[in-house]
Amino acid sequence: MVIINKNTNVIVQGITGHQGAFHSGEMIKFGTKVVAGVSPGKGNTEINHVKVFNTVSETLGYEPYASMISVPAPYVKDAALEAIDNGIKLIYILTEHVPVHDTMEIAHQARRKNVMLIGPNSPGITVVNESKIGIMPNHIFKKGNVAIASRSGTLTYEIVKAVTDSGFGETTVVGLGGDPIIGTTFSDIIKIYNEDEQTKQIVLVGEIGGGEEEKAAAYIKKYVKKPVVGYITGRSAPPGKRMGHAGAIIEKGVGTAESKINAFKDAGIKVADYPDDIPGLLQKL
Amino acid sequence: MNLYEYMGKEIFKKYGIPVPGGYVIDNVNELKKYEEPVAIKSQILSGKRGKAGGIKFAKSNDELVNYSKELLSSKINNLTVNKLLIERMINIKKEIYLSITLDRSSKEPIIIMSSEGGMDIESVPEDKIYKIYIDPLIGYSDYIAREALAYLSVENKKQFSSLLRSLYNAFVNEDAMLMEINPLIIDNDNNIIAGDSKVIIDDNSLFRHDEYKIKDTDKTELENEAANKSFTFIEMGGNIGVIANGAGLTMATLDALTLHKLKPRNFLDLGGTDDIEIVEDAFSFVLKAKPEIIFVNIFGGVTKADTVANGIVSSKNKFNIKQNIIVRLSGIHEEEGRKILLNNGIKAFPDMNDAIKAISKIYEVN
Repeated sequence: MVIINKNTNVIVQGITGHQGAFHSGEMIKFGTKVVAGVSPGKGNTEINHVKVFNTVSETLGYEPYASMISVPAPYVKDAALEAIDNGIKLIYILTEHVPVHDTMEIAHQARRKNVMLIGPNSPGITVVNESKIGIMPNHIFKKGNVAIASRSGTLTYEIVKAVTDSGFGETTVVGLGGDPIIGTTFSDIIKIYNEDEQTKQIVLVGEIGGGEEEKAAAYIKKYVKKPVVGYITGRSAPPGKRMGHAGAIIEKGVGTAESKINAFKDAGIKVADYPDDIPGLLQKL
Repeated sequence: MNLYEYMGKEIFKKYGIPVPGGYVIDNVNELKKYEEPVAIKSQILSGKRGKAGGIKFAKSNDELVNYSKELLSSKINNLTVNKLLIERMINIKKEIYLSITLDRSSKEPIIIMSSEGGMDIESVPEDKIYKIYIDPLIGYSDYIAREALAYLSVENKKQFSSLLRSLYNAFVNEDAMLMEINPLIIDNDNNIIAGDSKVIIDDNSLFRHDEYKIKDTDKTELENEAANKSFTFIEMGGNIGVIANGAGLTMATLDALTLHKLKPRNFLDLGGTDDIEIVEDAFSFVLKAKPEIIFVNIFGGVTKADTVANGIVSSKNKFNIKQNIIVRLSGIHEEEGRKILLNNGIKAFPDMNDAIKAISKIYEVN
C-alpha cells in the first residue's frame, strides 16, 4: 500500500464547512471510506450520509487512520494537535494561509508521534483505484505506472490529465503543499515511490524556494533506478517575491529554479521546459 | 511583510533589546535641536543602503538639517525615502551578526551568528558562520546562549544571554519569519546594542497581529491595492498581462512566455473561483497595469472554463478592452468555454504552447 488504500478509514475535520462538505462528497464518490466527520458545535448531524461529531475522540469507534483537516487557518493547529493526540496516523491539511509558526509546531508534534503529515496548503493524496484524500478532481486519473509529486494544485491536475491522456496513467499523486514549511517533502515521498512496486516511473513538479528538490535529487542520484522526469516552475520569478505560494520565494540566493534544474540534471532526471513536455519524456515500458 | 528598520527596532525595544536612542521624521520640521553627533538613516527596504548614500552622519545642526533635506527628497536604490531615523552615534568596538529565521529543511527556528558583523551574511564564508537549531516545542533555554558564547567572544555574557532570549521570544510571539540584527554592536564599555534591524512578519499570522495591518512597503501601489482581493497580483516588468489559475500554473505561464522571449507584465492567480465578477475584477487589475496584450491561461476545475469565458466576454464589453486577448482554456467545461469565446470573436486554444506561439506571431507581425 502506498500511504492509503481502499480500506483506509478517513475522518474529515471541518466537514460541515463549504470545502469540507463538497470535497468529502467527492471523496466518497471516488471510493474513499469517509467514516465520520468532526465539526465542533455541529455534533449529532449528518452530511453526505456521514455522521458528524464535536470531537475527534468521539469518532474513535470507527477506527480512523487518517484525517483531512479543512478548517479556517487560525484553527488548524488546534485541529491537528487534536488529531495527533487521538492517535490518527496520517494528517492531511488542505487549508491555505496557516501561520508558519503553527505549522512548525504541528510538524514537530507529528514527528514525535510518528504521524505522516501532508500539507498544509496541499491538494492532498490520490492512490488511483484505491482512495483519495483531498481536493484533486476525480475524473483526471487513470490507473497506470507513473507516480507524481508536486508543490502546486492546478498545475498538478493539468500534468495528471496530460499523463492520463497520453496513455500512461498514474499509481499515486501527492500534492506536498505550497508553504515554506510542509510535512511530507520531496525527499520523503521519493523513498516511498522508489519502494512501490507498481510505480515504474516518477514525475516531480517542483518550484522555486527552499532546497527540497536538491535534497531529493541527491537521493535519486544515489538510490533511485526508476526513470524520473522533473519540472520546475518559477524560472522567470524575481528574487525576494512570493509567487502566489508562501513557499515560492528566492531568499538570499537560495531556492532558484536554476539550482534545482541543475541538481535534477546532475541526478540524471530528465527536465521538461514546459508542462506539456512531460508525457513526451516518460518512457514507454 | 517586511518592516522598516525603525519598526523592527520598536519591536526590539518592546522586548528589552537595547537600540541606539533616536527618533523618526517624515519632514525636516520634525527634527529636534542638534545636541550630539547623529546618524541619519533613510528608511527603505533595501540592503547596501550605506554604500548607496542612504546613511549620513551629522556633526552640527546645519549638517543635520541639510543632510535630512537632501535624503528626504531622494531616491536610494530606486526607492523613495519617506522617513528618516535619526540616531545617536555609538562608538564601535566590535560588530557581530545575529539572526533568527526559519529553517525550511529541519522545520524549526535557527539562530545564525557570525563574528563577522556588519557585512552581508551571504558574503561571509560558511566556516565563519555558526548555527543553532531550536526545537519549537521545547523552545529556548539558557544553554543555547552558552553554546553561542562558546563560539562568539563577547565580554558581557550576561547581557548577551538575556538579549538572545529576548530575540527568540520576539521571533515566536511576533510570528516572525526573520529577525536579523546586523550589526550587533559592542561598544567601548562592552554594552551590546542592535545597530540595525531586519524583520519579516508572516503575512498568514496577521489575524492575530492587528498592529502590522499596514501598507506593505515592499509592494507596489497596485500590489497593495490587490491585497484585499481573493486573487494574487504581482507586478513584473514586461508588457503581456497574465491571468491564470493556481500559483503553480501562473508561474508556469510566466516561465513559458519568458522562454518564448516574451515579457509578462504581471502574475495574477485567480485562485479557485466560479464567479464572473472575480474574473471581471481580475481584468480591471490587469488593465491598470496597461499591458499590450492579455493572456488568459485556465485549467478548469473548481474554476470552470465556461465561467471564465463568460467573464472574459463581459470584461471585454464592460471595460471596452482594445488589446488583443489570447486565451487558452482546458479542463472542466472547456468546449462550452471556447464556444462562448468564439461566438464573441475571441479565439481560444486548448494547448498552452499554441496560445503562446499565437502571441509571438502578433509581435513578429508588428
